[in-house]
Amino acid sequence: MKRFDLIIVGAGPSGLSAAIEAAQRGLEVVVFDENEKPGGQLFKQIHKFFGSKEHRARIRGYVIGEQLLEEADKAGVKVVLNATVIGLYQDKEVVVKIGEEIQHYKGNSIVIATGAAENMVTFPGWTLPGVIGAGAAQTMMNLHGVLPGKKVLMLGSGNVGLVVSFQLLQCGCEVVALVDAAPRVGGYGVHAAKVARTGVPFYLSHTIVKAEGDDHVTGVTIAEVDDNFAFIPGTEKHFDVDTICLAVGLSPMSQLLKMAGCKMEDNPKRGGQVPICDEYGRTSLPGILVAGDVSGIEEASSAMIEGRMAGIVAAEYLGYIDKGTLDKELDKLSKALLDLRQGMFAPSNRGKAITETEEGIAISESLLRKGYVDDSEIERFPGVTHQSGVHPVIECTQNIPCNPCQDACPKKCISIGDNITSLPIVLPDSECINCGMCVASCSGQAIFLVNEDLGDGTATVTLPYEFLPLPEAGTNGVALGRDGKVVCDATVVGVKSMKAFDKTNLLTMRVPKEYAMTARFFKAK
Amino acid sequence: MVNDRSRDIGPFVPGPDDDMLICRCEEITKGEIRKAVHDGMWTMTEIRRYLRTGMGLCQGQTCSRLVKGIVARELGVSPSELEPATSRVPMRPIEMRIFANEAKDGEMNV
Repeated sequence: MKRFDLIIVGAGPSGLSAAIEAAQRGLEVVVFDENEKPGGQLFKQIHKFFGSKEHRARIRGYVIGEQLLEEADKAGVKVVLNATVIGLYQDKEVVVKIGEEIQHYKGNSIVIATGAAENMVTFPGWTLPGVIGAGAAQTMMNLHGVLPGKKVLMLGSGNVGLVVSFQLLQCGCEVVALVDAAPRVGGYGVHAAKVARTGVPFYLSHTIVKAEGDDHVTGVTIAEVDDNFAFIPGTEKHFDVDTICLAVGLSPMSQLLKMAGCKMEDNPKRGGQVPICDEYGRTSLPGILVAGDVSGIEEASSAMIEGRMAGIVAAEYLGYIDKGTLDKELDKLSKALLDLRQGMFAPSNRGKAITETEEGIAISESLLRKGYVDDSEIERFPGVTHQSGVHPVIECTQNIPCNPCQDACPKKCISIGDNITSLPIVLPDSECINCGMCVASCSGQAIFLVNEDLGDGTATVTLPYEFLPLPEAGTNGVALGRDGKVVCDATVVGVKSMKAFDKTNLLTMRVPKEYAMTARFFKAK
Repeated sequence: MVNDRSRDIGPFVPGPDDDMLICRCEEITKGEIRKAVHDGMWTMTEIRRYLRTGMGLCQGQTCSRLVKGIVARELGVSPSELEPATSRVPMRPIEMRIFANEAKDGEMNV
């Protein structure tokens, strides 16, 4: 039976990261993945990632996938696709279906990086064709180029629901409503805001009563729920839709670990059945490690760090590096992981209602209830300042681990400081040269360049624009507010697309000057 | 408490959504799962053997969490108190002719 130093199950962000670190230290590594393409969920992620440079922030997910594959290839990792691991037996024997036969391999160490599966919720009609997982919608759109539907209702306001809603809009779908039974938006406010300003209404404290249709979805009814999640009669709302997208959380795919005999626990905070493991992924079985969502639902950036940890731990376990080196490297990675686990959305804050930022500013209630910061709230955030001439307006209002904007500005106008979750500020007396790098660098699309008074009664607003076709200069249309409602007429001054912007186009529109601080999206007539 | 079979969980009370499909691969309804609990099936393994929930094409990927929630509610316990059903080979659906087609040592293409 062929033996490898390290067998990894799952070629997603954590599995590939583990493979790279281990192979670079001399281990012979093979990665099995049941899919025909590697990368796990990374190749569906067309948005820019959060974090800092070391977390590959500002880079789009699919590009990170390409980078990981290249690094894995260079390090000599074998990635075997269409290879379904069907069992994990005693003495780290891996049974895998490859092609039309069953093969057996032994690993001196194993990393299980199988990720997670989407949760479902039930309601009358939930099995009708047209009710799909948000992940399925993403697969259809971003991997296969297939439109999931034309009119979509999204259930779930976590980051998955918000990001996929935006991608549906980018594909030209109409998102009729974003619905969540929880009383507050679960994902990043900036993700919510970029969906809300296109005109998608948010219905918090609402859930689906039923899906309608005989052999496929033709409509959906939602209703408000009370504190006990019971429907409030008389609050029903109907929408004509052909698709209902469910983004209601993920469950770790940990069955292989249970089969292998790892000690398991049911931990709702980590998403369900997970192996009991230490902070570096060591399970109760020596030499069997875990990384990524399978050991607790988080996101791709932390999965990559967990994967790197597991790869390095495997290297030490097999004697390829010594304990001193291991400790040093783990220490470094722990710090990077800790950075990502800070701020309002830190795993330790899950379920808590945070009312103030770290700076002591009241969180926007409107953002949590409706998906956008109300015009009456926006001025209290430190990135929103006024200057003559063009200047950045940073509508970043929650403490999230992300800082590309402070490095993006060649004039150093923007500062976050050493604390990665601090709200960005515009430094006083800074000189904005209207280059747009901050706008394009903001993964949350929360930075605007505003010239509040051109002297002729108008103002210009430059906004991040990731929709096609790009409107041409001179196009007349309307400006939408943060709430997605029309605020005034607007004319496109120009659209800037540069390689350095990485597909985020900068649309500049001219509006009457009294709307400089409220016009935040452009819609052609 | 979960496995105290002398505990009285009360009679089966029909619900308005009993005909809703839960395990779509095997077409098992919510009512069938609830009734099975009252027939004495108190563990996920028993439910699975009794009804075949989670034994279809998706191998419980979609429904196991839902079934667990229904059984837990019927028993009046938290879902996390219920042991999940046993995990065993094959983890994914597989044709028997492939399952039986062992590669000979030395012929592995990896």
